[in-house]
Amino acid sequence: MIMSDKNIEEYPSQIRRDIVRMVHDVQSGHPGGSLGTVEFFTALFFELLDINPEKFTVNSTGEDTFILSNGHITPVYYSTLARRGYFDIKELATFRRLGTRLQGHPSVHDGLPGIRIASGSLGQGLSVALGVAQGKKLNNDPHLVYTLHGDGELQEGQIWEAVLYAGAKGVDNLIATVDYNNAQIDGTVDDVLSLGNLQAKFEAFNWQVVNINNGNNLQEVIDGLKHAKSLTGKGRPVAVLLHTKMGYGIDFMQGDYRWHGKPLNDEQLAKALAQLPKTLGDY
Amino acid sequence: MKKYTYTDKKDTRSGFGDAITQLGNTKENVVALTADVTGSVKMGDFAKQHPDRFFNVGIQEANMIGMAAGFTLENKIPFAATFAEFISGRVYDQIRQVVAYSEKNVKICASHAGLTVGEDGATHQALEDLGMMKMLPGMVVINPCDYNQTKAATLAIADYQGPVYLRFGRPKVPNFTPENQKFEIGKAVVLNEGIDVSIFATGHLVWPAIEAAERLEAEGVSVDLINIHTIKPLDKTAVLNSAKKTGAVVSCEEHNRLGGLGESIAGLLAAEHPTPQAFVAVNDVFGESGTGDELMRKYGLDADGIYKAAKKVLTQK
Repeated sequence: MIMSDKNIEEYPSQIRRDIVRMVHDVQSGHPGGSLGTVEFFTALFFELLDINPEKFTVNSTGEDTFILSNGHITPVYYSTLARRGYFDIKELATFRRLGTRLQGHPSVHDGLPGIRIASGSLGQGLSVALGVAQGKKLNNDPHLVYTLHGDGELQEGQIWEAVLYAGAKGVDNLIATVDYNNAQIDGTVDDVLSLGNLQAKFEAFNWQVVNINNGNNLQEVIDGLKHAKSLTGKGRPVAVLLHTKMGYGIDFMQGDYRWHGKPLNDEQLAKALAQLPKTLGDY
Repeated sequence: MKKYTYTDKKDTRSGFGDAITQLGNTKENVVALTADVTGSVKMGDFAKQHPDRFFNVGIQEANMIGMAAGFTLENKIPFAATFAEFISGRVYDQIRQVVAYSEKNVKICASHAGLTVGEDGATHQALEDLGMMKMLPGMVVINPCDYNQTKAATLAIADYQGPVYLRFGRPKVPNFTPENQKFEIGKAVVLNEGIDVSIFATGHLVWPAIEAAERLEAEGVSVDLINIHTIKPLDKTAVLNSAKKTGAVVSCEEHNRLGGLGESIAGLLAAEHPTPQAFVAVNDVFGESGTGDELMRKYGLDADGIYKAAKKVLTQK
């Protein structure tokens, strides 16, 4: 484990507290997908990634690179970055406030350490990752590029341009994870526009596919991502289908697509926090 | 008036292509991307000489822009090129989010711009791109006038840190600016000094503006003729000084009147020094099939059109 002074299992509950408090405080933001991907962010930033938060630069040479493509889940992203040491956790209190570096969607313009590309307009992160991945190859840098996408985001055409390219050109230093929660703003992904057999689609595009069947079990996510990492360098890109529940960890939010972009009220916040132990201390 | 001559006609896209080949040999961090139009955008020599740094993405303009932005994270200088129509409006949101707003050092290289793409017709004739690009904060927008200037501009933007939209074209046009000229981004080039009327021209309209100025000068009209190769940042000092001197302005561009160079000049003058202005531009219509020369004539984007515009604005002084 990279963070030797803390137990990795203490992060998920604390990050979930950060998420609901941030969104409640400004009465705006996206708690659903944020809560569902807490274990992914914890595993990635506290176990998998070879990164140097203290020496962050906007370019990513010489380290692993993470590109958040579904940019709306900034609550989990910002909490994780702060808890990993990119900036002071006190700054989480400025989320979405006028003058903040913690913009509603990730921004390079505002200079927040940890952010290397803007996202929010969906479907673009995989293309950016392809540039980074091929750049690393030109630099003879063995580090990897990781991305995260919403499953609804896969309805964007540009995603499939990038999926086609990565498979055809064998971009094999890339691990693209899909938050496979079957939820988007207007309902289930199956109802709005079904992705059909997603694994078969990736495989048809010459990708290797890893399923993480319980994407809200930290150990399972760590093991699954390590397995995905073991598949890199073999001539094909790697897709991870991360089966999660939107709103995971809070009983009245879990599995309900209506929490995609809705803040909690005072009563709901109290109920939510009662279910989440304060493991590392609030911001 | 100073006499301008040329020995040959060359396409501006070849100026880009020869420069990108040169950059491939002088700058190891330059990467070139195109979307299935390698020959059309003159990237063939770069592709042959540096296959590891050349990326033909297929017919995927959106993916190309994203990849270009990604390359900058690994300290590369990506030059992404295809037809202007397909690297402006088609990918505007991509350019807005991952290039301009993300402040990436991407060079967007837009070939076959304007009416002079010719027979392909309106689907391929970008007449709105300068306007879209100049509206993006931080975007530099350059529209050089001939082969030599396009080559110089391409070399210059490789040394500039930040997003650039570089526009060039398909037809062979008089190559009259100096070989190996120094290209200064944002610095207008005065071609002739005069006191009666200012003519500001960009891109393919610069040579016809010279021809129009010669005709006007022969009639005793003194023309202040300026090549605005950088649409943004506009050389405000050059425009204001000229307008103050002459009191009448003509703007000339192969672009929609809405959103183009003429509007930038009008906006500046309205705020700082209101001046009568005539616009030589496409007047809010789509183009059509025809030869480049036929189309430029039909839409008034030629020496005669510029001459008439100058005569008209002179009556408004």
